[in-house]
Amino acid sequence: MSIVLQAKGISKNFHDPVTIQVLKDVSFEINRGEFVSVIGKSGCGKSTLLYILSTMDTDYEGDLLIDGVAMRNKKESELALVRNEKIGFVFQFHYLLNEFSVLRNVMLPGLKLGKYTEQEVEHRAMEKLRVLGIDNEAHKLANQLSGGQKQRVAIARALINDPLIIMGDEPTGNLDKKNSKIVFDIFNELAHEFKQTLLIVTHDNEFAQSTDRIIEMEDGRIIRM
Amino acid sequence: MNTKLIFTIAKSLLVARWRQTLVAAIGVTFSIAMFITLLGFMTGLNDLLDGLILNRTPHIKLYNELKSTPNQPIAISDKFKNNYNFIHSLKPSGTRAEIYNYGAIIDALKNDNRVFGVAPKLVAQVFYNVGAIDVTGVINGIDVEAENKLFYFQDYITSGKFIDLKNTPNSIILGKGLADKMLANIGDVVQVTTPKGDRIQLKVVGYFQSGLQDFDKTQSYASLTTAQKLLGKPSNYVTDIQIKLTDMSLAPLVGKEYAKVFNLDAEDIQTANSQFETGSSVRSIISYAVGITLLVVAGFGIYNILNMMIYEKMDSIAILKATGFSGKDVNFIFISIALTIGFFGGLAGLISGFGLSMVIDNVPFNTAALPTIKTYPINYNPKFYVIGIIFSLITTYFAGLFPARKASKIDPVVIIRGK
Repeated sequence: MSIVLQAKGISKNFHDPVTIQVLKDVSFEINRGEFVSVIGKSGCGKSTLLYILSTMDTDYEGDLLIDGVAMRNKKESELALVRNEKIGFVFQFHYLLNEFSVLRNVMLPGLKLGKYTEQEVEHRAMEKLRVLGIDNEAHKLANQLSGGQKQRVAIARALINDPLIIMGDEPTGNLDKKNSKIVFDIFNELAHEFKQTLLIVTHDNEFAQSTDRIIEMEDGRIIRM
Repeated sequence: MNTKLIFTIAKSLLVARWRQTLVAAIGVTFSIAMFITLLGFMTGLNDLLDGLILNRTPHIKLYNELKSTPNQPIAISDKFKNNYNFIHSLKPSGTRAEIYNYGAIIDALKNDNRVFGVAPKLVAQVFYNVGAIDVTGVINGIDVEAENKLFYFQDYITSGKFIDLKNTPNSIILGKGLADKMLANIGDVVQVTTPKGDRIQLKVVGYFQSGLQDFDKTQSYASLTTAQKLLGKPSNYVTDIQIKLTDMSLAPLVGKEYAKVFNLDAEDIQTANSQFETGSSVRSIISYAVGITLLVVAGFGIYNILNMMIYEKMDSIAILKATGFSGKDVNFIFISIALTIGFFGGLAGLISGFGLSMVIDNVPFNTAALPTIKTYPINYNPKFYVIGIIFSLITTYFAGLFPARKASKIDPVVIIRGK
């Protein structure tokens, strides 16, 4: 089984106002097709870890390999390309652009990648929306949707470039029970039917229990994986 | 970089904040319109005022200066060759005012391709007789057609026809001020006295008004033949040769050359009228300064609006960066927003500046000094429009530069985790 993502001794310090070590020598691997959840109490460093793994935070020690390529010493624009091509991100908040239609929001990272023509990207975006059951809302503006629908659009946006891995930072944190269930079912379906690699940070233990593998963190260290 | 995508995003950000965009664009429009109008008006006035002198002044004037000969006999004498000689109270004598063999010189000048045209002239000092009183003045004997071609003579004739000067023997065109003083109407006969005491009667065929009142009070024009007759001189008697060049800036150089070749004195327009160029350039500098100031103010407006937009769109910028847009892409989005405002605002500015110029161009402007001018002068030089649009693009580019850099440096982690 091939390794998608590898963290080697990642440490991180916050310096403001006093130096605190939030991650202490964190190492683990994620294999292709795994559905992994990261749990831990608030402030244990799980979100910080996720942002380092997503290449958005570059201020850390240790090494990060995505698809076997080291992320250290890459330029900002090269990291942007990695995020665009290989990582899909779902946040706690949906972060859709209100100026654009739902379809356009999903298409943006695809258009940025430029691998397919605009028509192809549009077709693929519709396909993703259909899988997530919101293809009827495709031409509405992003702010006309309900919270649960918005989060599904955000998932479709994460999927548009067929990423190597989808990362989620409390993707159900802002949703009610019913919508949480829907989002969770979507992740499950992606993991088991489409063999999509997923790395989800959550504090919802029920959610975590039903994933393939749980990484539990405490005080910046992994205590179970 | 996917330029089309960047432009689409820039466009939708612009449209989403269309009111602010409009205000920013109106700022640019206003300043460019004022810039165009101001420059057009100022330059129009400059051209008018310069034209008063420059149109009527030859680029080079060839004449014989009244002066003592530089080769004094003592310097030629062998006996005093090794001495340094001082000569006091030197007076010129026997200097001829006329240009020797002027016909040949004019032929030579006409074959020079740097020369646009040549007009001979005879300047005669006279007294105009007004009853018992004599008024001192000058009669310019001119080649009527050449004078009109080179110096737009007919533009200054307020009554009568300039060509009558040639067609009517013993005719004169009086300065308006002089005519008023002499109470002379067109068709009247006036009497002048030459310095040698001869009295001659001339028929008034027109008035001219140059815009310079002092000039109009003393000057009048007659044909070359009439002036020669007046002075009792033969038909080869001419005191000045006036030359217009195809390129005015060559005048000092060509003037020196002609002075040497023809053994005459030469006066070029730059030396004779240097103060006009100074006035023009100072006025232009003022117009540019005001225009640029207006643009800089508009630039600050754009800067503010883009800054506001960036604070409002912090989330959008963060997510764009999270999903793979680089800092450079974000930078480019905001720069293109600024340039779009600059371009369309500037374009509207050019159009309204042109309109405003047209309005001013039609405002009546009557002054006794300028008989041929009926409305305010405007210069529609396309150069101003090109400068205007370039200025607006440059200013908006710089106004957008700092907000765009700020946007490109936004750390998505800070924004997203801050929620």
